[in-house]
Amino acid sequence: MKRLFLLAAAVAFVATPAFAQDTITIGFTDSQTGPLNVDSLGQQRGYEYWRDEVNAAGGIKVGDKRYKVKFVSYDDQSVGGRVQQLYTRLVTQDKADFLFSPYSSGLTAPATVISEQYGKIMIDSGGAEEKPFETGNKYLFMVITSASHYLSGAVDALKQKDPNAKLALVYSDDPFSKAVLAAAAQQAKAAGLQIVMNESYSPSTTDFGPVVNKIVSSNADAFLGGGHYSDGATLARQMHDQRANMKWMSILVAPSDDKFAELGPAALGVTVPSQWELQVNYKPQFGPTTAQFAKAFQEKFHAKADYHTASGYTVGVVLQHAIEQAGSIDTDKVAAALNAMDITTFFGRIKFATDANHHGLQVAHQMVLAQWQMINGKLGRQVVWPPEAKSADLLYPIPAATQ
Amino acid sequence: MLLMLRRPFFWIIALAVVAFALAPVVGNDVSMRESLLLDALYITLASNLNLMLGYAGYVNFGSIVFFGLGGYICVWLVNSYNWPLIPSLIVAGLGVSGLALIFGFGILRLRGAFFALATIGVIEAVQAFVENFTPWGGSAGVYLSGEIFKPLGGPAHALWIIYFMMVAVMGLSLYLSFAIKTSKFGLGLLAIGQNEDAAAILGVPTSRYKALVYSVSAFLPAIAGGLYFFKSAFIQPSDAFDLSLSTEALVVGMLGGEGTVTGVAIGAFLYEELRGYLLTSSTFANFQLVVSGALLLLIVLFFPGGLMGFIYSRFPRTQKVLE
Amino acid sequence: MLGILASIIDGVLVGLVYGLAAMGLTLIWGVMDVINLTHGAMIVAGMFALFLLTSVLGLNPYAALLPVLVGGFLVGVALYWISIHRMVGRPPLMSLLSTFAVNLVLIGVGTAVWGTALFNVNVSLPGITMGRYTFPGAHILAAVLAAVIAALLYLFLQHTRLGKSVRAVANNREAAELVGIPTTRVLAISVGLGVALAGLSGVLIATLFPFTVLSGDGYQLKGFVVTVLGGFGNPVGALLGGIALGLLEGAVTPFVPVSWTLVIEFVLFVLVLIAFPAGIFRSRRGAL
Repeated sequence: MKRLFLLAAAVAFVATPAFAQDTITIGFTDSQTGPLNVDSLGQQRGYEYWRDEVNAAGGIKVGDKRYKVKFVSYDDQSVGGRVQQLYTRLVTQDKADFLFSPYSSGLTAPATVISEQYGKIMIDSGGAEEKPFETGNKYLFMVITSASHYLSGAVDALKQKDPNAKLALVYSDDPFSKAVLAAAAQQAKAAGLQIVMNESYSPSTTDFGPVVNKIVSSNADAFLGGGHYSDGATLARQMHDQRANMKWMSILVAPSDDKFAELGPAALGVTVPSQWELQVNYKPQFGPTTAQFAKAFQEKFHAKADYHTASGYTVGVVLQHAIEQAGSIDTDKVAAALNAMDITTFFGRIKFATDANHHGLQVAHQMVLAQWQMINGKLGRQVVWPPEAKSADLLYPIPAATQ
Repeated sequence: MLLMLRRPFFWIIALAVVAFALAPVVGNDVSMRESLLLDALYITLASNLNLMLGYAGYVNFGSIVFFGLGGYICVWLVNSYNWPLIPSLIVAGLGVSGLALIFGFGILRLRGAFFALATIGVIEAVQAFVENFTPWGGSAGVYLSGEIFKPLGGPAHALWIIYFMMVAVMGLSLYLSFAIKTSKFGLGLLAIGQNEDAAAILGVPTSRYKALVYSVSAFLPAIAGGLYFFKSAFIQPSDAFDLSLSTEALVVGMLGGEGTVTGVAIGAFLYEELRGYLLTSSTFANFQLVVSGALLLLIVLFFPGGLMGFIYSRFPRTQKVLE
Repeated sequence: MLGILASIIDGVLVGLVYGLAAMGLTLIWGVMDVINLTHGAMIVAGMFALFLLTSVLGLNPYAALLPVLVGGFLVGVALYWISIHRMVGRPPLMSLLSTFAVNLVLIGVGTAVWGTALFNVNVSLPGITMGRYTFPGAHILAAVLAAVIAALLYLFLQHTRLGKSVRAVANNREAAELVGIPTTRVLAISVGLGVALAGLSGVLIATLFPFTVLSGDGYQLKGFVVTVLGGFGNPVGALLGGIALGLLEGAVTPFVPVSWTLVIEFVLFVLVLIAFPAGIFRSRRGAL
């Protein structure tokens, strides 16, 4: 009997490759060249890491079949014009069954159009801006918290620390940053905080000297703004070099990268709204825990996982869960499963808006606020807000620069 | 016009246009259609740039401004005023042409490298302006709802219609290049390209001709921009005014042979196909810039006449047939 | 009020560095009517040289200037033989394209090696404080060094035999050839100098701001603006043009939203170009 069982197992084992012929093709672009190539890397690693894990575990289970995951991806050069060309190719030529998003709102928006035109599901972790989700789409799903909620934590925290704070909102002139700061301005007004400067700068700005002087002139003591990595890091450095002495600094995206530590003392005290941090601890109903994810990622890439990696990985997990729930890879059935989804992963709770005007926007996931602090003599990020999730106390005001 | 019908080149263009229109229809091949649409776009941009570059000898880095502004005007009319596509396209074309005419009189006082630099200034100034211009969405751009494709029979059907329109624009561009080249206007432009002072002395109204060709070369790219961004259902300043697209159009002109109609068209076709290949090939993806740079350098150094220069010198008889 | 003054001083400081960045561009243009589109890439090469010399060899940032000067010169001479030699005297489009092609290759290699990640060289020097405004020490030193380098270039062009040959070739190549100046060698040396200047300005800029492989484009564009303001082919004018641009940025920022600065800058650029095709600060033909 036992032998028979072994034989059956062996047959099953030999037979598996026949099932393995079935693959799900997922298409996306990443920015291997151009200005977004650093920012894009984290998300891309998240995607690939998920694929490797799923395939190592035998693939995605659909009914009694198992599908291996195959990626087709191209370099979009960080150029929006290329994105549509490449996504069209992914759908028409490479026969992608599902699509993942490129990185950044500016590149995701043109990609969403292709997903709708050809009726393919696209799961988005790279573009947080809401506008593409408000044009009556059916197949878009955003796993991350959208732009208008990025700085709400920062505004709450600031209001608690100093209700009389004077805010300077200075941000990159790109769709994502503008959307984030427009919402933050409203939230700040509602919280009774005073805004003394509200301006955008060109994303190609390299010298923030005049801008920093203007911030100083405005008598602001709290700074909210930035954009993507380059401008955010440069701003932080010049604010420090010119001793603008803000009591509060919140910068988008850039400080969530571990490279930010290279700025040395300029990084200290800077806060960043983050989709996910290593200290975050949710109990996952599906997929790995934070500790498992972080450890395995570290072993594989010899780098710490950050929120772009985690959100990229989550895109895969969400799709996998939806396909398994639907028991099919049919677009409409999977879309229905996504619409009905309400699960908690290590990344947080995931649930999508289903009304026609906001379809696919994330409604459950919460962001945290992380701050660069000295941890055992080295710079590192701590979660400081919301209070129930914090791993360290908020440092306020930022200690004045000394030379 | 009737005279043109007797030229074999007239029929060659007609053949090319028909081939473009039919090729993807035969196998209902959507991915071929998408790639040909980009080819048609590049041919349109390069052919119209060639009117300035190849005929009048003016290096225009800002040609993409016409494309971008055309796109913006069209998308704006469709989105904010619910205009149908065709009138929006026509208004975009005429509007941009008019702007170019007014602007041409000022900027075309400059010659050679000064003109080239000024056009870089124009593209940067227009982009920076649109990024701050709220009615056009500023830097976030304008999104069109999926509804806009309904009048054209839904997205799948609309994409075919847009494709045929783009091919038509390409055909018009080629005929325009051909017609101008064989006209008195064209001769005047070529004279300006050879030696502007001499041309003026011989009685060519140089500033009027230059402003006119600047304006004419804006019309079809503006319409192509309208079509392209209507199809994209999304427009933002960084895509609409991409300096590198302008430079690509110049490079294409060089590759094919500036001043020729056939060469520029073939150059555009080959360039876009090569680029598409490099971009998606796993071997070259990381080195596509290096490969295209090295290729361009070799061509500039060793085949300065471009593709057509090479063909003309090898097969002199082709000069009679291929413009 | 103090804020405006601070912005203006800042403008002059940064403007001197912009001026230096444009000087190489305008030198090559003045000598051989070639617009060097690899200029931005060469500035970036200077930045990365600084990064490697300081982080790998542990050199003082300002000690990197000398090796960059020598290295830049050699690279420039090579650039001349690869992409410019055959283009001298041909229509401007040809040299534009050949240098553009080399630029593609350089950027392509740079992206493949370093990616487009942001690099940062921390320089901490005591700054000068004026009320609540601070002028970082690195800015002041960079401006001073830019002025010194410009002065040295001026002395070289005016008072050395080689410098005089460069000016002679710029004025009239045939005549220079006739009086026995080896024009080809002088052309190669001029490109070498132009590229070395680009590299030096790259080093100085990198002590002020973080940079990426793609940073060069922006500085090259600023270089064009400076060149137009300062007059084509006039290195001293370039320094004045740089200050003008820096002042413009400094003086405009306090009064208009920051995002409009670029619009103003480029509209002015086009208008100045149309009104004064030879540049504002250009006194006479052959000012080199």
